[in-house]
Amino acid sequence: MSELLLDIKDLSIIYSTEDGVVRALNKANLQLHKGESLGLVGETGAGKTTLARGIMRLIPNPPGKITNGEIIYEGKDLLKLKDKEMRQLRGRKISMIFQDPMTSLNPVMTAGDQIREVILTHDPGLSKKEGRKKAEDMLEMVGINASRYDDYPHQFSGGMKQRVVIAIALACNPTLLIADEPTTALDVTIQAQVLEMIHDLKEKNNTAMLLITHDLGVVAQNCDRVAIIYAGEIVEYGTLRQVYKNILHPYTEGLFGSVPSLDTTSKRLNAIDGMMPDPTQLPKGCKFADRCKFAEKRCLENEPELIERADGHKVRCFRYEQEG
Amino acid sequence: MAKNTAEILRVNHLKKYFSVPAGMLHAVDDISFTIDNGKTLGVVGESGCGKSTMGRAILRLHEPTSGEVYFQGKDVLSLEKQGMKQLRRDMQIIFQDPYASLNPRMTVSEAIAAPLLVQKIYSRKDKAQIEKRVREIMNLVGLANRLINTYPHELDGGRRQRIGIARALALNPKFIVCDEPVSALDVSIQAQILNLMADLQDELGLTYLFITHDLSVVKYVSDDILVMYLGQMVEKAPSEKLFKKPMHPYTQALLSAIPIPDPDLPMNRITMKGELTSPVNPGIGCRFAKRCPFAKDECSQQEMVLTEEEPGHFVTCLRVQRGEI
Repeated sequence: MSELLLDIKDLSIIYSTEDGVVRALNKANLQLHKGESLGLVGETGAGKTTLARGIMRLIPNPPGKITNGEIIYEGKDLLKLKDKEMRQLRGRKISMIFQDPMTSLNPVMTAGDQIREVILTHDPGLSKKEGRKKAEDMLEMVGINASRYDDYPHQFSGGMKQRVVIAIALACNPTLLIADEPTTALDVTIQAQVLEMIHDLKEKNNTAMLLITHDLGVVAQNCDRVAIIYAGEIVEYGTLRQVYKNILHPYTEGLFGSVPSLDTTSKRLNAIDGMMPDPTQLPKGCKFADRCKFAEKRCLENEPELIERADGHKVRCFRYEQEG
Repeated sequence: MAKNTAEILRVNHLKKYFSVPAGMLHAVDDISFTIDNGKTLGVVGESGCGKSTMGRAILRLHEPTSGEVYFQGKDVLSLEKQGMKQLRRDMQIIFQDPYASLNPRMTVSEAIAAPLLVQKIYSRKDKAQIEKRVREIMNLVGLANRLINTYPHELDGGRRQRIGIARALALNPKFIVCDEPVSALDVSIQAQILNLMADLQDELGLTYLFITHDLSVVKYVSDDILVMYLGQMVEKAPSEKLFKKPMHPYTQALLSAIPIPDPDLPMNRITMKGELTSPVNPGIGCRFAKRCPFAKDECSQQEMVLTEEEPGHFVTCLRVQRGEI
């Protein structure tokens, strides 16, 4: 197994709002190895984006606050870094692709200049001309003709804009790429092109990736490991095969049952009843208990721990307690 | 339940063009199909291919440029205002975005009662009857009665979409255009809504025109599937057949791009070149030719015709017509 790149320990993040304290992330634990892809799967409001922004230390404060935990990146705790040190890391070592390419680009700056901005920020020794050359190379790398350097974002289609965003994220050869729903806003054929490209570039530069998505298919085709997140907690974590072939947590099971399958002809989906709990009033016990068909009395009263099984597959559920 | 398989909707050569500064935008270009009573026709295609415009043109929410629409034998496009209003009781629509399609200043009960009042099923004075009917519909779509006086902003996406469905059902329609009804929802909520829509179809004998860009959803809900590309129909076939033996190169590429949630099934992606071209003044020839791996010169030199290759399986492709597939 390759070296550990990122180790998130007991990370908790809250948002203080008028309606009370939103417990967006509750003692999340996550490991990412060098060059590996980890898929983080969950539904709206599960805390996926909060976790990603937490790693980048981009939680708006106020109302957000990291209340607990450590984010160990290459042996250093990111939460203890000074703002200036963190700024040097962002974009160079750790970069992020945001969900919506339509809103994450600056509309009054040319696409090329937005790529060059990152390059020059992290390598102030370069001249503007050298920066432009590098930015043009990046454009070519993501499959856009360098002659479009001087075009503005509105002159590109959705898929092309996302390519520009990817070029910006990869411009400094980061060791960790956080991709927050990079293809959700794109059509399926364009999604396939973009994912293929991310995959190739990742292989070439041995970049590790945290891929955030709600699409189990995208994860299956692009990741080595999977973490399932529910109501701010990691409920299941393991290799792709462990999680997809040996589902442990009832929520993961429900998630898979909700996706219409292409090769069966059943006329009903195994939907999970109910909804995710309100993050301002999380239940005392297991967060999934009131939607779970296996829930017992203790599930409502006590919070299950994340249990690691012999093969490294982790799950947060009392049903697997005896095995240890 | 005895299924009446009579044809309920017939669309002939439907066209909708929009005049834009750059010329004529061919949003829907010569589409013909029929739907049988109680069945679901799924319409798939990428954003901008004209799916929604087609759904709306059928209901005359966009006035079609030309073509014919027959609903239960009645010529829809020739109807006057009064006749159209009458017909809307039978033809309804569920919109895509449950956040944008509800009036934020109307409570759940007002929103569901609105179509009943507009169509003068009840007068405003029949408060008790209206409330009874609203509660009935809320039960039907699985909305708890305690929510009757809440506003849309107090509800989550899944419940809002249930209101959208309740509104469409209020008048006991026979036919509903479902314009991406689940694409704004999370998978677990999406599954709940899809199950609800299937149950309602069985119970009430509804006919759906189901528009979506999600291919696994369309396979799940549809009896027949129509694939659109840049305003044109490129293929139409029974759902099973289309997935088993797609004929048009675009359909093949589209199906191959679906990420399968199984690590043991590697994908054989057919990667297409480029992206959707412009539907403004498209000219003659196959609109997919520029991205098609099999395109020849003749593909851009003649109009494509729809042929029935196998019973119920229609496709517009010269390669198929030459017998190369």
